[in-house]
Amino acid sequence: MYRTMVRVRRFEERVAQLVESGEVRTPCHLSIGQEAIAAGVCAALETRDYVWGGHRSHGHYLAKGGDLRAMMAELFGKATGCSGGRGGSMHLVAPEVGILGTVPLVAATIPLAVGAGMAAKLRRDGRVSVAFFGDGATEEGPFHEALNFAALYRLPVMFVCENNFYASHMPLCERRVADNILAAGDLAGTPGKRLDGNDVELVYAEARRAVDRARNGAGPTLLECRTYRWRGHVGPSWDMDVGVKRKDELKQWLPKDPLARARRRLLRAGVRDDECQSIERAAAAEVEAAVAFARESPYPDESDLTKHVWTSAGERQDR
Amino acid sequence: MRRLSYAQAIREAHGQLLASDPGVFVLGQGLWSPWYAGTSMQDLDKEFGRERIIDSPVSENATTGAGIGAALAGMRPIVFHPRMDFMLLAADPVVNQAANWSYMFAGRVSVPVVIRSVINRGGEQGAQHSQALQAMFMHVPGLKIVMPSTARDAKGLLIAAVQDDNPVLYIDDRWLYDVTDDVPEEMYTVPIGAAAVRRRGRDVTIVATSYMAAEAMKAVTTLEAHGLDPELIDLRSIKPWDREAVFASVARTGRLVVADAGWQTAGVAAEIVAAVACEIFDVLKAPAVRVCLPDIPAPVSRPIETAYYVGADDLVTAVEKTIAR
Repeated sequence: MYRTMVRVRRFEERVAQLVESGEVRTPCHLSIGQEAIAAGVCAALETRDYVWGGHRSHGHYLAKGGDLRAMMAELFGKATGCSGGRGGSMHLVAPEVGILGTVPLVAATIPLAVGAGMAAKLRRDGRVSVAFFGDGATEEGPFHEALNFAALYRLPVMFVCENNFYASHMPLCERRVADNILAAGDLAGTPGKRLDGNDVELVYAEARRAVDRARNGAGPTLLECRTYRWRGHVGPSWDMDVGVKRKDELKQWLPKDPLARARRRLLRAGVRDDECQSIERAAAAEVEAAVAFARESPYPDESDLTKHVWTSAGERQDR
Repeated sequence: MRRLSYAQAIREAHGQLLASDPGVFVLGQGLWSPWYAGTSMQDLDKEFGRERIIDSPVSENATTGAGIGAALAGMRPIVFHPRMDFMLLAADPVVNQAANWSYMFAGRVSVPVVIRSVINRGGEQGAQHSQALQAMFMHVPGLKIVMPSTARDAKGLLIAAVQDDNPVLYIDDRWLYDVTDDVPEEMYTVPIGAAAVRRRGRDVTIVATSYMAAEAMKAVTTLEAHGLDPELIDLRSIKPWDREAVFASVARTGRLVVADAGWQTAGVAAEIVAAVACEIFDVLKAPAVRVCLPDIPAPVSRPIETAYYVGADDLVTAVEKTIAR
C-alpha cells in the first residue's frame, strides 16, 4: 500500500510540473494528499473486481493496477495512451484490471457501478463493484437513487465517498445544511461508516469488511473517508484564494500527510529506511521512464478521428 | 404464416432473447403490470423470474445507469421506460455516458445496452405524457435509434438491437400495439440502418417513421384511388438512417414528403430534407414537404388534441400539394 501511495504521489507531482511547463494540456485533477483511500480500498480488492471513478482518478487507476506508462501517455494525448489519446486525464480505462471507464460527470459512474454489481449478482461470479466519488457527488440525485437501488437488491457494491471538503471551489459547509453525508445511507438502508481517509491501514481494514459483506451477499456499504485536497480543483496550484479558511485548513492538514504517516508506521514496525527509500527511488524512476515513453510515443493519426463512434461487430472483447 | 400483433411480437422477441442468452435481462418501471407495457411484457416475469425481469424503483437515472454499467460488465440488458417523457430524467446516462463510451475509450469498452421507451400519447394525456423525443437523441453521436412500424420489424429490430454491441434506443409506439402482421416464429433480425420500401412508385417519395409509416400505408391507398403512384419508404432506423435508399428513390421520383410524428423544428424530417437538399438538390422537381407535429406541446381537450396530431389525411394533402407544383 505504501508503494501504491508513493507511485500515485510521484506520478501526480510530476504531472503537476508537466502541466506548469505546458507539456500536458488536458485538465488534470490531482489527488495529492488523498492517496490513502485509493490505496487502502484497492488493496482489499481482487483484480477481477470493478472500480469506478470520476475526474480525479489517477490514484484509483494506479491502485487498481492500471498501467502507469499508458496513463502518462494518455495525458500527453498520445496513441499509446490507455484511451488512445481520446480521453485524457478525465477518461481513464483499464478493462484488464476492472476499470471500465472513469468520467468527469459528477456522480455519473455511481449508477454504473451499481449496474456492474447487478451483473455480478446475476452471474453469481463473486465480483464486487466499487464506486469512488467525491463529497460533491452526494448532492446529486443519482447518488441517492443508486444507494436505494443497490440496497434493495443487496448488490455487491461499495460506495466510497472521498470527502475532501471541497466541490470545485465550494467548501462543504456552504453546500450542505450539515456535515451529514452518511445520513443518506441510513435513509437508503445502506450502513455507513465515517473514517480517517488519511490512515491507509484503517481504510484497508474498513474496506476489507465492506468487501466481505458485499461478496457474502449482505449488500452495499457506504464509507465516508475524510481527507483533504492539497492542490486546486484542477491543476497544480495550491488555490489559496478558495474559501477564507483555506490557508488555515491546509496548515492543519499537511501534517496529516497519508504518506508520511504510513512511512513512520513502517519504520516503527521494523522496515528499514533504505527499504522505503528504494520504493521511493523506484517510483521516481518508473515515472521518469513513463514521461520518456509518452514523449517518444506518436500522436494518433488524423484518420483516427472518425473511428470508434460505434463499436463494430467483432471488436468487443469479453469481460 | 402466423399473424401477431406488434405488442405480441415485442413479447415474443423478449422471450426468445431471454431464453437464448443468460446475459439478457430487463430492467425498468411497470414490467410486472399491464398498465405500463400493455401485452408487450405479459407474464415474462412468471416465465423467466423476477430476478431477470426487474420492475424497478422510480429512479430513471439509476436504472438506466445500472443498465449501462451491467452492459459494460458483459451483460445485455434491456432498460424499459414506459413513457418517453420520463426518460429525460435519464438524459445523462444516455447522452453523456452510453453514447460517448466507445469513443472516449477508443473502442476498448463498449455498451451493448438497449434502452426501450414507449411513445404513449392521445387520450387527453397532455404535454408530459405524450412526447415523441426521437429527434433529441438523433442529434447525439454514438447512439443507434430504431423505430419499428410493423409487428415483423418490432420483433426483428429488438433482437438486432440486443445483439448489437452499441447502445440502441428502441422506440415503440402504443398506437401501433394492435397492428397485426405476419411474424416468423424463429429468432431473426432486421438490420439496423436499413429502410424498407413498402411500395414502389414513380410520382413521389414518401419517407416515414414509426406510427407515420403505418399512417402512410393508409394514405397510399387513398392516393392510388386518386390515380397517383407513390413510393413509400419506412425508415425503421433513424440513426443511422438509410441515405442510399432515400436518395435513390428521390432521384427517381424527384419529389419528397417526409412524415415523422415528432415536432417539426430540428426534427427527423428536417434532417432528411436537409440531407436531400445538400446532396441531390438538382433532382428535386418541387420543394420537399414535411408532415410533423406543430411546435406546440400536446394539449388535452379533445377537439384541440385531434387538431394537433397528424395522420394519413395530412399525408394525402401533402403529397397532392407537392405533385401540384
